[in-house]
Amino acid sequence: MSEYQGVLVFCEVFEGRLTSVSLELLGTGRRLAGELKTSFQAMLLGSPLDKAPDEAIICGAEKVYVADDPGLKDSLTDSYLPVMEKIIKQVCPAVVLMGQTNMGRDLIPRLAYRSNSAAVLDCVALAIDGDTKRLLMTKPVFGGNAYAVQICETNPQFATIRAKSMAPAIRDESRKGEIIKLQADLDLSRVQTRLIERKTEIAGIKLEDARVIVCGGRGIGSAEGFKQLEELARVLKGAVGASRPACDNKWASDNVQIGLTGKIVSPELYIAVALSGSSQHLSGCSGSKVIVAINKDAEANIFKVAHYGIVADWKKAWPSFAGKVKELMK
Amino acid sequence: MNIIVCVKQVNDPEAPPSSFKIDPNSNKVVPPVGVPPVLSTFDEYAVEAAIRVKEKTGGKITALSLGINLLRDVVKKPLSMGVDELVLLEDPAYIDGDSWSTSFALFTAIKKIGNYDLILCGRQSADWDAGQVGPGIAELLGLPCITLARKLEVEGNRLKVERVIPDGFELIESTLPALVTLSNEHPAPRYPNVKGIMMAKRKEPIVWKPSDLGLDVAKIGPSGRRTRLIKLYQPVRESHCEIVTADTPEEAGLKLGQKLRDVKVL
Ligand SMILES: Cc1cc2nc3c(=O)[nH]c(=O)nc-3n(C[C@H](O)[C@H](O)[C@H](O)COP(=O)(O)OP(=O)(O)OC[C@H]3O[C@@H](n4cnc5c(N)ncnc54)[C@H](O)[C@@H]3O)c2cc1C
Ligand SMILES: Nc1ncnc2c1ncn2[C@@H]1O[C@H](COP(=O)(O)O)[C@@H](O)[C@H]1O
Repeated sequence: MSEYQGVLVFCEVFEGRLTSVSLELLGTGRRLAGELKTSFQAMLLGSPLDKAPDEAIICGAEKVYVADDPGLKDSLTDSYLPVMEKIIKQVCPAVVLMGQTNMGRDLIPRLAYRSNSAAVLDCVALAIDGDTKRLLMTKPVFGGNAYAVQICETNPQFATIRAKSMAPAIRDESRKGEIIKLQADLDLSRVQTRLIERKTEIAGIKLEDARVIVCGGRGIGSAEGFKQLEELARVLKGAVGASRPACDNKWASDNVQIGLTGKIVSPELYIAVALSGSSQHLSGCSGSKVIVAINKDAEANIFKVAHYGIVADWKKAWPSFAGKVKELMK
Repeated sequence: MNIIVCVKQVNDPEAPPSSFKIDPNSNKVVPPVGVPPVLSTFDEYAVEAAIRVKEKTGGKITALSLGINLLRDVVKKPLSMGVDELVLLEDPAYIDGDSWSTSFALFTAIKKIGNYDLILCGRQSADWDAGQVGPGIAELLGLPCITLARKLEVEGNRLKVERVIPDGFELIESTLPALVTLSNEHPAPRYPNVKGIMMAKRKEPIVWKPSDLGLDVAKIGPSGRRTRLIKLYQPVRESHCEIVTADTPEEAGLKLGQKLRDVKVL
């Protein structure tokens, strides 16, 4: 038997609560531990942790490690690395998972290499290979044009998971587990980075929460054009998104970019206006329930994923479309 | 300030999605015919960031690229933009590795270049979207790593970076040397000017083979891999778009609005 046993998930805590991807990690970790017939443990990252350790047990963790140290409040990878390294050495897990978050994308490759192993980031599916019992890690590659299934041949096997791609944990208040307190032992002389400030630049409805998104592309042509999209988004109580060229041209702000390297959204309704539907863009919106496309090119790739569409110059079709929608929403 | 920028040659990621093909037997991507390779998107942002820092602090920028069949027109682009030196790790032994073995080879080359204050990478390569080589090199060199930068400023021996986060940004200060990965929220890469292109034409890259780096070939390329590709496949996207037609665009807009009500989307 290998010396590496069990599944360990790193759960992020924000304002004393497990984040939503943490719940997905707990759900996924427990499922994989079940398939491997092995132990399932979680380590919580953040400060303060409040009731989050108990919640992790309710969500299925058998052991929960906590290092509640005010030095870990700023969620900087630099201060977290040694603490996480220590726990990995102590637990010696076969599988280590984290969310593909600000922190996960930095920490997991570093921890993997530090453990003489490797990682696959941004996985949308995780399964156990029946014969080898290795973790099968599926991630989008080539801008979403393809998926790659990979295994890690060394131990521990490290992965990050994409938010909303896996089922969250099912709560069970009767579950029992153990909470283990660790000393963070931060060596401040080794911390090389410092957070000066963290600023929110988002106004209005968050794209990830919006039920309707009106998204404009390069064909919109101007910031004024985006104002028209915004007007309809308001009527629909939704939000405006943009393709990368529209953000690069400053017609829309950078943090509304949708796609592989922007936001990944799955609204009820996605109205795609004057954008071609590149694979990188579709990576961010193909989970939408209904996609409506307006594009002047009948061959545009967006029509391959859209449910309803018109082939038209948006400038000419928009006033009547928006007018009709407004009338219907009254 | 001595800066090293890591740049990778990739199949053009902006080629039409319909031209994307996989050979199921070899589990490899078939390069699209007639579409030349390019520098990976975010690596051009890294070059731009390097030049902007150098314009303030002076110093030297070295671009570093690992691969095979590296087209000189492609990998010399950083030179034409204003980079001083180009180092290529061009040898069959280097390729078909994974993020770990690529990080290791680049790390070894960076140690040989030696004198560095800042190392810049793209946030992820435009082919495998792995997002590991930046943090990987930082780990091997024992440097702080700041990912997803949109702005860099060097003040003395300190670095200030604006890092993109989902709902805004973080301002992070770091000691130097450090490794930073660039995102497209950073100002766009400049176009090379004629003078730059002429200089790049005359400048020959330095090519390092594994033996020049004293590299154990068991640690690079396919034998250095710690991950194995089991399968590469294209998602099937069912196409069932209902196109609403009309004589004029104005009428099409009206009918589309009505359609969304009829099917209870609105
Ligand atoms: C690694 C990588 C990551 C990327 N990440 C992202 C990402 O996260 N998000 C993203 O969006 N892109 C991303 N991109 C860029 C992506 O490849 C495409 O370049 C981009 O999505 C194209 O944007 P677009 O559809 O607005 O523009 P285009 O492809 O230029 O399409 C414009 C469309 O508008 C139509 N049009 C023009 N005028 C009109 C009109 N008057 N009326 C109606 N239709 C009109 C045209 O027919 C065309 O279909 C990434 C690229 C790379 C390499
Ligand atoms: N073969 C390579 N040669 C030079 N730089 C590379 C190479 N592969 C990756 N990089 C650098 O590492 C970044 C992230 O790559 P990846 O981890 O493959 O997504 C890229 O944007 C480059 O800056």
